[in-house]
Amino acid sequence: MTDPRAEIISAYAATAAMPDDTGHFPTDNALFGGRFMPEALMAVLKELTEAYEVSKTDPAFHQEFADLLLHYANRPSLLTEAHNLSARVGARILLKREDLNHTGSHKINNVLGQALLAKRMGKTRVIAETGAGQHGVATATAAALLGLDCVVYMGAEDTRRQALNVARMRMLGAEVVPVAIGSQTLKDAINEALRDWVASADTTYYALGTAAGPHPFPAMVRDFARVIGVEARRQTLELTGGLPDAVCACVGGGSNAIGMFHAFVPDESVRLYGFEAGGSGVASGLHAASITGGSVGVLHGTRTYLLQDQYGQTQESHSISAGLDYPAVGPEHAYLHATGRGRYEPVDDAEAMDAFRALCETEGIIPAIESAHALAGALRIAPQLAAELGREPVIVVNLSGRGDKDMHTAAAYFGVDFIDNGHSEGGEQ
Amino acid sequence: MNRLQDVLKTARAENRAVLIGYLPAGFPTVDGSIDAMRAMVEGGCDVIEVGLPYSDPAMDGPVIQAAADQALARGTSTPDVIRAAGAVADTGAAALIMSYWNPIEHYGVDRFASELAAVGGSGVITPDLIPEEAGPWIEATDKHDIGRVFLVAPSSTPERIALTAAACSGFVYAGAVMGVTGARDQVGHAARDLVERTKQATGQPVCVGLGVSTGDQAAEIAAYADGVIVGSAFVRRLLDNRDPRRGVDAVRELAAELAEGVRRGSKAR
Ligand SMILES: Cc1ncc(COP(=O)(O)O)c(C=O)c1O
Repeated sequence: MTDPRAEIISAYAATAAMPDDTGHFPTDNALFGGRFMPEALMAVLKELTEAYEVSKTDPAFHQEFADLLLHYANRPSLLTEAHNLSARVGARILLKREDLNHTGSHKINNVLGQALLAKRMGKTRVIAETGAGQHGVATATAAALLGLDCVVYMGAEDTRRQALNVARMRMLGAEVVPVAIGSQTLKDAINEALRDWVASADTTYYALGTAAGPHPFPAMVRDFARVIGVEARRQTLELTGGLPDAVCACVGGGSNAIGMFHAFVPDESVRLYGFEAGGSGVASGLHAASITGGSVGVLHGTRTYLLQDQYGQTQESHSISAGLDYPAVGPEHAYLHATGRGRYEPVDDAEAMDAFRALCETEGIIPAIESAHALAGALRIAPQLAAELGREPVIVVNLSGRGDKDMHTAAAYFGVDFIDNGHSEGGEQ
Repeated sequence: MNRLQDVLKTARAENRAVLIGYLPAGFPTVDGSIDAMRAMVEGGCDVIEVGLPYSDPAMDGPVIQAAADQALARGTSTPDVIRAAGAVADTGAAALIMSYWNPIEHYGVDRFASELAAVGGSGVITPDLIPEEAGPWIEATDKHDIGRVFLVAPSSTPERIALTAAACSGFVYAGAVMGVTGARDQVGHAARDLVERTKQATGQPVCVGLGVSTGDQAAEIAAYADGVIVGSAFVRRLLDNRDPRRGVDAVRELAAELAEGVRRGSKAR
């Protein structure tokens, strides 16, 4: 029997060849990653890098982190076989249930790790950006638990479409600051968090919510999320007697995807599929598919794929899913794409919403719209894989979060009114 | 020697600090920004930093963000910014471009440096580029004799100050405070301390920016630094004076006030 505590610790403590000591992911064509940030932040980035490196080998940190994941966050998360959906597509679809974590998504893994680091670094205040609000909720939760002040920056557009999560953050004692500049979504929330941090780094920890940003964030966020893939790998072996044929995840900045992929990278037979938000379709220009529809550049401190115009100005991304509505992607995904180890494909809004509804109706699970992109991708590749392999493929899907927060969006999308006011068209009195 | 180095050397010989003024190109229009930058030179700026408006100005406060947004909304492009730098160089002042890194990398580092040199520009300030990431940029700027300006900050360690100063050619930009651009009531001791620490590491000129907006602040800084950099205060004048002629007059007046402050402060050295 596996000891879940040991599994959590070894998932975090594992060493990786990438990034190199300078925080880069080198490929033949581009040097991804790095640190494109003002000098004013170099001191705190160094302080953070040191704290992170120490934590990787510190048994006391390992125990604290494992305690929180086991007894607070509800790890290990289940691997649920989606029998009804599987029968429909001729594949074994296994769902990694990050939606069952405390606060409802994979984000809590990373946040608990970073909040512990913040405490160790002596910071009293934590700031975060959030898109869907899941990272903000997780940060507000960790701050409440560990006694840190918390400010969350959120695009004004996102505060509207994810109103439930705004209420949750405020209930947890965090200050939520709507950001009404630029595209009013995740990228602008990151800009605003950086503006805060450069003036407050003495006392303030910036808990970045995805595997992007300057070194050490891409590596550190990955390591805190890595337990997802380590557990899923073991659970698949236990359930099926073999490795999966493919693992699938949605890719916004890339934290749930790299958390799922990383343990499988050495398993060459396992295909790694990242599904980006295709919005209204990549051809329409209204999407958030940074790898499929973007080019190499620098945004938010890292060199990666991003959506940009001919002069390197960031282009606005579009997606029905707030959590995927980001015009860049973490540098390790750029690396996996450039080296051919990972496959990245877009899933548009309509495909994602079909999968969203299908999971609700066939399995009784309401996924986050972000996660529905991963599921939609899995349903798309299932017949291709079955044909290629000549047998029923085993596909693991990272169900990165639950969909409570998305009820308004789903109601509007499907044109239904879920809230019964007594009379269907009547407004409030 | 390029124009920037020339201007700094002359000022040093006169035992005075230089005045460096910033304005984003394309705000309110490309030609309007050129008019305003010319007025800044007439008012007494020795060096103009032509800002390249960027979609994600994470190190700028609300004033410069607003100006950059307007410039981008009007379609200001990298060639427009280079053209504006050329117009500044034609006045005889040193013309620099201040840009976040991605627009330069995307344009092509060699192309950017060579086109700027071709219009008479003499330097580039890159606030989100550290020397460790600047390999190809250092090569391109050396090749085209374009000055490189990196920043040091109050939080910089002595090692980082030494490394950063060694990578600069022109001057070292000392960020006076920990924070984004924007006028502040006080510039504070951190700036003075940072200039002293930087001067221990380098013989290059050290110029102070972030937060400076008045003649008195300029005087205070000119007493110990080689240059005073003012940005948001100029932008503010244009934002407050929607009539372009009044805006141009207002930036000229501010430049004169600051230039007087710089000379007054330099005497107190
Ligand atoms: C449930 C869920 N999945 C995925 C994401 C996308 O983030 P990432 O790509 O970092 O996993 C988010 C972000 O808000 C999310 O809430």
